[in-house]
Amino acid sequence: MAQYGFYVDLNACIGCKACQMACKDRAGNEPGINWRRVIEVGGGEWRQSGTSWTPDIFAYFLPTACHHCSNPPCLPVCPTAAISKDDNGIVKINVEQCIGCHYCEWACLWGAPQFYEDRGIVDKCDFCKDIVDAGGSPACVEACPMRAMEWGDIEELRASHPGATFAVVPLADPQDFGPNSTYTAHVASTDRVGEILNQEEI
Amino acid sequence: MSKHDDTNLLDRLNAATLSRRSFLKWSAAAGATAALTTKVDLINGIYPLEKALAAGDVQIMPTGCAHNCGGRCVLKAHVQDGVIVRITSDTDRPDDPLDPQLRACVRGRSYRRRVYAPDRLKSPLRRTGPRGSGQYEEISWEEAVTAVADNLMRIKETYGNSAIYSHYATGAGSLTNGSGNVARLLDLYGGRLGYYNNYSWAAIQAATPTVYGTQNTGQSRLDWLNSKLILMWGWNPAEMIDGTNTMYFVKRARAAGAKTIIIDPRHTMSAVGLADEWIPIRPGTDTAMMAAMAYVIITEQLADEEFVNKYALGYDADHMPEGYENAESFKAYILGESDGVPKTPAWAEEYTGVPADTIARIGREYGTTKPAMLYQGYGIQRRAYGEQVVRMGCTLPVLTGNVGVSGGWASGIAFAVSSESTPGAGFPSVANPVPYSVPCFSYTDAILRGKEMGREDGIIGLADDEQTLPNSIKFLYNCAGNCLTNQHGNINRTHEILADETLAEFIVTHDHFLTPSAKMSDIVLPACTWMETWGMAANWKYGPSRILMPQVIEPLYGTKSDYAIAAMIAERLGIYDEYTGGGKTEEDWYNEWVDKMVADNPTVYGDRDSFVERGSMTIPYQENPPIAFADFISDPEANPLGTPSGKIEIFSAALAARNNPEEIPAIPKFIIEWDSPWAPVAEKYPLQAIGTHYMHRIHSTLDNIDWMDEAFPQRAFINVNDAKERGIAEGDLIRVWNDRGEMKIPARVTPRIMPGVVNIPQGGWYSPDAEGVDQRGCTNVLTSEKPTPYAYGNTQQTIMVQVEKV
Repeated sequence: MAQYGFYVDLNACIGCKACQMACKDRAGNEPGINWRRVIEVGGGEWRQSGTSWTPDIFAYFLPTACHHCSNPPCLPVCPTAAISKDDNGIVKINVEQCIGCHYCEWACLWGAPQFYEDRGIVDKCDFCKDIVDAGGSPACVEACPMRAMEWGDIEELRASHPGATFAVVPLADPQDFGPNSTYTAHVASTDRVGEILNQEEI
Repeated sequence: MSKHDDTNLLDRLNAATLSRRSFLKWSAAAGATAALTTKVDLINGIYPLEKALAAGDVQIMPTGCAHNCGGRCVLKAHVQDGVIVRITSDTDRPDDPLDPQLRACVRGRSYRRRVYAPDRLKSPLRRTGPRGSGQYEEISWEEAVTAVADNLMRIKETYGNSAIYSHYATGAGSLTNGSGNVARLLDLYGGRLGYYNNYSWAAIQAATPTVYGTQNTGQSRLDWLNSKLILMWGWNPAEMIDGTNTMYFVKRARAAGAKTIIIDPRHTMSAVGLADEWIPIRPGTDTAMMAAMAYVIITEQLADEEFVNKYALGYDADHMPEGYENAESFKAYILGESDGVPKTPAWAEEYTGVPADTIARIGREYGTTKPAMLYQGYGIQRRAYGEQVVRMGCTLPVLTGNVGVSGGWASGIAFAVSSESTPGAGFPSVANPVPYSVPCFSYTDAILRGKEMGREDGIIGLADDEQTLPNSIKFLYNCAGNCLTNQHGNINRTHEILADETLAEFIVTHDHFLTPSAKMSDIVLPACTWMETWGMAANWKYGPSRILMPQVIEPLYGTKSDYAIAAMIAERLGIYDEYTGGGKTEEDWYNEWVDKMVADNPTVYGDRDSFVERGSMTIPYQENPPIAFADFISDPEANPLGTPSGKIEIFSAALAARNNPEEIPAIPKFIIEWDSPWAPVAEKYPLQAIGTHYMHRIHSTLDNIDWMDEAFPQRAFINVNDAKERGIAEGDLIRVWNDRGEMKIPARVTPRIMPGVVNIPQGGWYSPDAEGVDQRGCTNVLTSEKPTPYAYGNTQQTIMVQVEKV
């Protein structure tokens, strides 16, 4: 079985949210629901000396969606077995079967499953399964104006981007779930730990 | 269908899971118009259409994005049963490094949310309350266009054509939509007071030729890959979109070895993803830092004096223009020989807030790295003395020998010397019979006191025996724009002028929404979007492209294209045949243009059918693109520049002749702005404000679109230190004000802006409460209407404010 995943070079990410909007448009999601989000992370301080200012600040953007985990925590908790993992490792919710119990939403460490109040169901990134199965690319990846995103077999992505990692602040510790997103960390984050700067947007 | 029925339907949909079958069955039963309305509501409120209609046939229609940013992108509308259900971009062709896909940003990708926005104008409106009150009644198209035509006839007869004016407007640029349709109508009707300049580039368009004699001072983006150092000065291509793919070319230039340094008050999106270093600088002091870099370059013998004295005038006392041998040279100014103030890095630190050693280091880096680019953004010249930063920015490349070389950059407005355009077609051009033009940033003055405005106000076209305009503006036409009020300097003053019906006697607007500008209009005409009519677009700066925009869906609610609206008015003015070329529809024109483009340029466009099916055409970049000024540098005598002297004019005799050395110096100088930390106003208003381009919008376009508001909410971005001093926490509602106006807006407290600077992204729709306090963050509540001294350009980035927690 293959396992699809996402790769993003955070050094080239400008935080433009083309990926997020392409996803939103394809999914037809209302405000409040975003299968892909872009987190702005940063911190640091300003130093004043006489009339001048020197920044000791940093920032980077982190596009993130469902990681289509190898051992997805959302899957076993679904009481109606509405969540499945296909031959390409895509984790998908069958909304016809979903009863909106929120269990998957609570089980996920990264907020991927999201509750639709109007429909009483939970849904999330499906890796653009219909498009990918038909030979296309996920909407987010083909939207990136910086060509910073890639998708494909996660092992191949990891092999072609040495040093790529999932350990990027503020993504939660994956425990043994095996998230299949990988990133080249922004140079600004190599020795700094930031905080989320755009909480209201995500 | 009544609103009541809609509500019932939505309730029903909420109550039950709707299968596609039952949805379609209901739609078909309801009849065409009702079904359309129903689906529109579905898109906006209830059901993810992608899923509801997943099994149906989807037609993918080529269209494009013709907003007023620097780019032009390909859009593909996925249409099902007459409804746009998804928008994708340029994905159906390879992404070639020499011919990259024209990938749309969030603005184009959200476009269906605009097409189906619930607040779309659905009927012509006639004002019933005072101007600006927003009180309107719905009227018929017949009544509306008759009112416009009657007032045009009356004002033409009473005052003459020079009392008629159509203001700068850029909300749509797809030929059959956009302000050009109204300009053509008025020109066929005897003409109008024209305008020159724009709100983007006024100072840089005027100042660049004073140095170089041309605006074509740039070269292909492909040549950026040959540069070793790029100073991105106030330049933020990631956000303002300086050409589709420009940020991608910066990425590639870095990969090819260029170091990039951003000089900007904000840690911009470009600073995160495109830069090796970021240097924050106080707004309006860029010229001081550049002058200090020149000081370092000159005093440390890094200046290429042989180069500068061979190609330029005004560098030192031995190379001054004839008649100005004893005037102040650039070198004398920089070294302080004339004014006693050497422009040292320590001197510049006082103004810029940039540490002197940093300024010196950047001066050395730029002076020693060959070739290097100094790329000027445009925000830095929308300021009180915007001409100076342009002229100083053009001088540094001359000092360092970076003009006319591959990997260098002459700076200035930098249109590409290699023609980056595609052969096009369009409406037949009509000359404006009225000879006069006003700087667009002085248009409110032309309403208030047009008959007193003369050459000293920037009026052009006056005959030798005319001192002033013959008329003030009496008829104000606003087609596809929000510059009437929202995007113009000092909105409270603008409102006062427009509200006076004895001044502008009639105001008409075409738009999709009741914008702040539309709200000042007597008649508002509901235009359709470009996806509802026929048109095309082309790149205008980088990356030659032509994007066809055939009709994707029928106009909603009976709205009409700007062309169709103007044609109805033309009919009542008795110029219908002239205007429509004998009754041509938008589709007729579109087909004629495509036929002509294909027939005239078979090697470019190839076969018509495949071009139309593809929907767009790009011309790939060629390796080794032409370099600006290469001919001049190789043989300056044989290839003189378009300046009066034929040389690069660091000292401009033409500017000296203006006899205003304090504001229009003959050599570039740092001038303290009238609203600045060093002006008296700073005692009351100690913070500098800027209004940058924002991902949420293109200027004010898309401000009302909820997807955009979610992704990039309108906020006042304030430094953590300034916020702490004022007890302001993230998300707090704050009051931002100066003597011109006031707003309340939530704060975004961030380390990513320089202390002392507040950014309120420009383009928020002015939304005053009962006390006149804006609730949306319309920057122009705070800006001045005062123009720049030479270009008569806009100065909307020169703002001082105070901020407090509400």
